[in-house]
Amino acid sequence: MTGVTDIKAQIDALPGLDPRAPLLHVEDLHVEFRTRDGVAKAVNGAGFHLSAGETLALLGESGCGKSVTAQAVMGILDTPPAHITGGRVLYRGVDLLRLAEEDRRKVRANRIAMIFQDALSALNPVYSVGFQLAELFRKQRGLSRKDAKQRAIESLDQVRIPAARQRIDDYPHQFSGGMRQRVMIAMALALDPEVLIADEPTTALDVTVQAQIMGLLAELQHQRTMGLILITHDMGVVADVADRISVMYAGKVVEEAPVYDIYAHPAHPYTQALLASIPRLDLKGQQLNVIRGLPPALTDIPSGCAFHPRCGYAREICRQEQPPAYRIAPHRESRCHFIREVLGV
Amino acid sequence: MSDVSDLVLETRGLVKHFPITQGIVFRTKVGAVRAVDGVDIQLRRGETLGVVGESGCGKSTLAKLLIGLEQPTSGEVLVRGENIARLSGQGLRRARRNIQMVLQDPYTSLNPRMTVGDIIGEPFAIHPDAVPRAGRARAVQELLDLVGLNPDHVNRYPHQFSGGQRQRIGIARALALRPEIIVCDEPVSALDVSIQAQVINLLERLQRELGLSYIFIAHDLSVVRHISDRVAVMYLGKIVESGYHMAIYEQPTHPYTQALLSAVPVPDPRLRGRRDHIVLEGDVPSPADPPSGCRFRTRCWKAQPYCADHEPLLQIRQRSPHPSACHYAEIRDVIHRY
Repeated sequence: MTGVTDIKAQIDALPGLDPRAPLLHVEDLHVEFRTRDGVAKAVNGAGFHLSAGETLALLGESGCGKSVTAQAVMGILDTPPAHITGGRVLYRGVDLLRLAEEDRRKVRANRIAMIFQDALSALNPVYSVGFQLAELFRKQRGLSRKDAKQRAIESLDQVRIPAARQRIDDYPHQFSGGMRQRVMIAMALALDPEVLIADEPTTALDVTVQAQIMGLLAELQHQRTMGLILITHDMGVVADVADRISVMYAGKVVEEAPVYDIYAHPAHPYTQALLASIPRLDLKGQQLNVIRGLPPALTDIPSGCAFHPRCGYAREICRQEQPPAYRIAPHRESRCHFIREVLGV
Repeated sequence: MSDVSDLVLETRGLVKHFPITQGIVFRTKVGAVRAVDGVDIQLRRGETLGVVGESGCGKSTLAKLLIGLEQPTSGEVLVRGENIARLSGQGLRRARRNIQMVLQDPYTSLNPRMTVGDIIGEPFAIHPDAVPRAGRARAVQELLDLVGLNPDHVNRYPHQFSGGQRQRIGIARALALRPEIIVCDEPVSALDVSIQAQVINLLERLQRELGLSYIFIAHDLSVVRHISDRVAVMYLGKIVESGYHMAIYEQPTHPYTQALLSAVPVPDPRLRGRRDHIVLEGDVPSPADPPSGCRFRTRCWKAQPYCADHEPLLQIRQRSPHPSACHYAEIRDVIHRY
């Protein structure tokens, strides 16, 4: 029997793994998709770090590379067409991009797990949720069918699915949207990962259900001091749960800051414009700022700063030079040539 | 202000039940999905009525009833005083000119094989007397210009446009017959945040310039607040609370409205943990078998045995200065309590 200790020990024995090293550190990640229409550069030097118990939000619009970044970290990109052309993904000091697939697989689910936006397509429709959950315990923990089923029921209990014992043999389509999302959370957390990546976990849900799910995630994260990467485009959800925010645009992190600072004093024109463009529940009659133009096509990213064609601060230098990451405060960086102007100092 | 001639759209006791049948050869009706179950709304000229509620509450069925895509089971839809449910043929066609729709998904609501010019010009083919044949190409270009698209792009296909631009095409199509009323069913929810503002601002500008009236259906309460003059909150086929936006957002009296508002995240981290959070248990019950009495009672923290037997009517109450369908209606400001 390959027991719990077995896989855990095998991961801990990975060369270079240092329990004191940062939990997750992504450096200068580059991902491109080679298609018939050309090379789409989805991720262009994205980087961020995550500590235990912390919530980092990757914020951005569709096509900014946030999901591709997450999939590269998880190692679930289809290659080809995707190619990771550079960068490092360090988990406790081990570069996951250089690991053999066999070792990578052990890290996945055991140490880094992921949940997706659409639970109905992420779960297998032809197996009961109980089978899919128990499979994890059987394959990864070597439990017997009976024990695995018991653990599956406990997992469903933990995410507060009512009458878990009765529902264990139900199929994904028999659950409501919110309940399905709970099943997926149960599955992701089944093996006690240290990092959970949640890719738009509540985008398809109603607000009342969204509140339930976000509350559940926060509670489970707190219990386990787990690191959470929340991928979203919703600036409201982020304000409620995140500790730090990395704003992505055209495959790069353009601004990184603690949550309070970014809402009070955005240091990148894109963040600033985004905040001014959303209507607020507690205000009426505010003028909605419009970000002119469209997000860039990934096959044809503008030269220099990718945001310059849509930016009110843009000048000649923005067309020619990529802005470096300027450090504003200990945990704040922004990639803009005119930070002082943006911050109004 | 509330002059009768101002009233452009009204529904009275509007009901839509979809039958649930069993058997193939001998189909028998075994029940009904009560999608819309007695809805009264009024819309005045130049006004925007927001309709909010969770998925499955009947918002989209209401939209289809309003523009005559579904026949009501009972009740009336009056467009400028004329009951469109009674009309057919020529009369219906004429009435429909006055009420048009913008759909949610700009990717599936435009025919991929038609050029933009054909899509926007199609209403003219159906209503040949709207614009003389010779003037149609020009009219299409004017419409494109009106919604902020390049008039030279009439021969392009939908896939050559971005999501926001496609939604503009959908809006241009809805405007083609110069309607007074536009029903917008989740017009911005498929769009990215930075594009949403463009389309919202466009809708507001068109309303000012053309004196349009909107029924604005959405699940995003922040967007609805931004654009609406009055708001109706729906739950399981019924309106549970309605009033001016200030009344609904600042002084909600129905527990469902309060829960809904408290669940909306506000993009301001300083309010974290300081807002009033009401977390509802469970999901919306099935509209095929709604709870007796008050339909919200199964998820309501104020529910009493009385609620199970007595259906609350949408009316002004002692503690609710605007219509609210709750026996225990009471003002609770959930947005600003911090």
